[in-house]
Amino acid sequence: MHKLLTDNPGEKMLLLGNEAIARGAIEAGVAFTSTYPGTPSSEITLNFFQMSQESDLYFEYSTNEKVALEVSAAAANCGVRSMAVMKHVGLNVAADALMTLAYVGVKAGLVVLSADDPFMFSSQNEQDNRYYAKLSGLPMLEPSSVPEAMEMLPYAFDLSEQLQEPVLFRTTTRINHSSGFVTLGKIRERRTKGEFTKDPLNLVTVPAVSRNLHVKLLKNIDAARGIAESSPYNFIDGSGRLGIICNGVSYNYVSDALKDLGAADRIKVLRIGFSHPLPEALIKDFLQGCEKVLVVEEGEPYMEEAVKAFAQEAQLTVPIRGKSKELFSRLYEYDPAMVKGNIAAYFDIPWEPKTAVDASDVPAIPQRPPTLCAGCSHRATFYEVRKAAEALGVETIYPTDIGCYTLGLLPPLSAADFLICMGSSVGTAGGFSKVTDKKVIAFIGDSTFFHAGVAGLVNAVFNNHDLTLVILDNGTTAMTGHQPHPGVDMQRLNLDGYGQVSIEAVVRAVGASHVTVIKPYKVKKSIEAIKEAITHKGVSVIISQEVCALYARVLKLPKRKPFQITDRCKNRRDCMSDLACPAFYVWNERIKIDPVLCTGCALCAQICPENAISPLKKKKETV
Amino acid sequence: MDVTRVIIVAVGGQGNLLASSVLGEAALLAGMPMQMSEIHGMAQRGGVVESALIFGEARSTIISDGEADLLVGFEPAETLRAVQKCNADSVVITNLAPLMPFTVNIGKGVYPDLAQLQDLIRKKTARLIAFNAAKLANEAGNPLAVNMVLLGALTQVDILPFSVDNVKEAMGRKTKQQFLESNLKAFDLGFRAAEQAG
Ligand code: SF4
Ligand code: SF4
Repeated sequence: MHKLLTDNPGEKMLLLGNEAIARGAIEAGVAFTSTYPGTPSSEITLNFFQMSQESDLYFEYSTNEKVALEVSAAAANCGVRSMAVMKHVGLNVAADALMTLAYVGVKAGLVVLSADDPFMFSSQNEQDNRYYAKLSGLPMLEPSSVPEAMEMLPYAFDLSEQLQEPVLFRTTTRINHSSGFVTLGKIRERRTKGEFTKDPLNLVTVPAVSRNLHVKLLKNIDAARGIAESSPYNFIDGSGRLGIICNGVSYNYVSDALKDLGAADRIKVLRIGFSHPLPEALIKDFLQGCEKVLVVEEGEPYMEEAVKAFAQEAQLTVPIRGKSKELFSRLYEYDPAMVKGNIAAYFDIPWEPKTAVDASDVPAIPQRPPTLCAGCSHRATFYEVRKAAEALGVETIYPTDIGCYTLGLLPPLSAADFLICMGSSVGTAGGFSKVTDKKVIAFIGDSTFFHAGVAGLVNAVFNNHDLTLVILDNGTTAMTGHQPHPGVDMQRLNLDGYGQVSIEAVVRAVGASHVTVIKPYKVKKSIEAIKEAITHKGVSVIISQEVCALYARVLKLPKRKPFQITDRCKNRRDCMSDLACPAFYVWNERIKIDPVLCTGCALCAQICPENAISPLKKKKETV
Repeated sequence: MDVTRVIIVAVGGQGNLLASSVLGEAALLAGMPMQMSEIHGMAQRGGVVESALIFGEARSTIISDGEADLLVGFEPAETLRAVQKCNADSVVITNLAPLMPFTVNIGKGVYPDLAQLQDLIRKKTARLIAFNAAKLANEAGNPLAVNMVLLGALTQVDILPFSVDNVKEAMGRKTKQQFLESNLKAFDLGFRAAEQAG
């Protein structure tokens, strides 16, 4: 049985934050779950996916976050507890649905979880999703720790039902990817089937309806504020005439700092876990007794601005500081020593920080950036596109997209020139092609194509853009941990009951005027096909089909023999300088291939001018 | 109880996260509070994996520069890269078997000299325990057990307030049964290596 389905209240377990969140939802009786995967949220739904295979929990990988929210919104409107999970930028995609769903509301609990990523460990921006609560008018909850995240989920579902509207649940990477001990609670029964009651005058948002619904939303905000005032998740630690207001993981750093500084008896802490609407009366009351207040929050000054406004209304002149040059930054994530230092400085507490060793004499250590795996099919496609463009002597612009292939940015492949968001490759390609004379070749992954690329391709066909779109079809959502997408044959995973959408059929139906399918491990043939496609005027699409090398290992697909460099090698090193496959290494001034890393893709063998690379005779041992 | 902060750095695929979860489980068995966090950028694509483990009454799950009591490096250059997590009182344990970053292979950067690397760490911290953990893992009959070798060494230095038995029991719960024997052997070899390092 899946460990998160363990029905043994009181048992202690060590769980990853994302596992604890999944467990919390299960304890809340969630019955319908959906997502588009995105770090740092992906393991939540990986666990839902696994549990759905052995219980009556419904889970789906939706095409994108907007669809994920819509399916869950419908389920919740039939009285089924539902949850839509995404990374922070995913909520941008789902925002259109969210903003009006806030008017319509729900019948059963709906929790919309989005995971922020301060410092951008694996994201393109570090937007602060608390503003979505303000923008939509929906309640927001933010845990500070792994066990709290778990406990907060049943509360979130109850709150959603009480207010009859979705609840936003915001985490940050350091909640999702921290682990801690939790004590399992009871699992509430799942109600998997619901009832839809027609009520168009409240559920169909034509202007006349929405005008009423907006009134209802504003009333709901007041009701939510009332609940926030006495929520157990907004609480005060300690006492004193100095105050700190904080949220999320900042609360951890503040608590540890006050202990280290021996200041817990002088500084009281207001921890905000129910952060929209902010508990106005509670905050005003907290400020009353303070001589000086510090707001500690990663990201934007969301609380700080509100707290200052509350102080103004209450005619308080107490100094309130947060973001400033001297104190906290809006950039990146915070850490315990930095928070401690700022608290000590702001409240004049003497403090001797632990000095980090002086690393100034440490020699430069070679970087270890993530790189495309040995045998990654993207490496082959990028190489071939570059060679084809070179052969034709065309200057190129390479808009790219979000996935492993974004790593094609690094030399020697250098096949990424512009990226803003999911699906932007093909959309921006149209703009580039109109205003420059360069050949525009855009790259997009299979999962990303379904997520947000189809509309861009339709646009290109309709507006007659001159571009080539290369769809890197490796049969999985590789970057986030090999989740399926609509193009995947689920039978291969021994899962029944799924359809399958052919990328080629979609592309042809959209009306791209030139469509080619290539097998990127066949170098010469692929280069020829790419040359033809990029000479074509109008929209040409190349679908490069080859399974992700890492996924092939997971699926235990038959292995190819690894390659070796024979003594015909004249040490010209084209393989190294053009491909930089991580299976290569230099030994005694010669290039070698690591037979454990090499997947036998044969790319290097086909480009070696001396024909010096050939398969190893012996079959490699299984790794 | 005092708070003990441990950083483990490794290269993707070296089994750092498993080692961390064994320590977490051992803390659970010993009834000790513990939090940890991990950053595994794109571990499977050759990046660096860093875990922070905090034992004792603390809420933070990350460790600032200068605040680690113990730094365990599964790869020597990565140990050196993380050295600013240490202060003059920190203890450092490192594997000495390098895993070449591909940047070195393609001629971008030079791998640090191992003798100099050890001198630098030794000079800056209270104690360095350095040995070839890959060799010991091979000796234990499981080349993938570098993590268990280092777990043995880490348990030997006696910075963490739980027993060898706690860790071994946790290994039994967290690692695959078929590898348990070789893992335990690897653990013992690491334990002894740290003992001999004195
Ligand atoms: S996981 Fe797959 S797609 Fe990603 S770099 Fe590795 S082989 Fe390429
Ligand atoms: S065949 Fe060549 S390019 Fe392909 S994985 Fe092996 S070394 Fe790398």
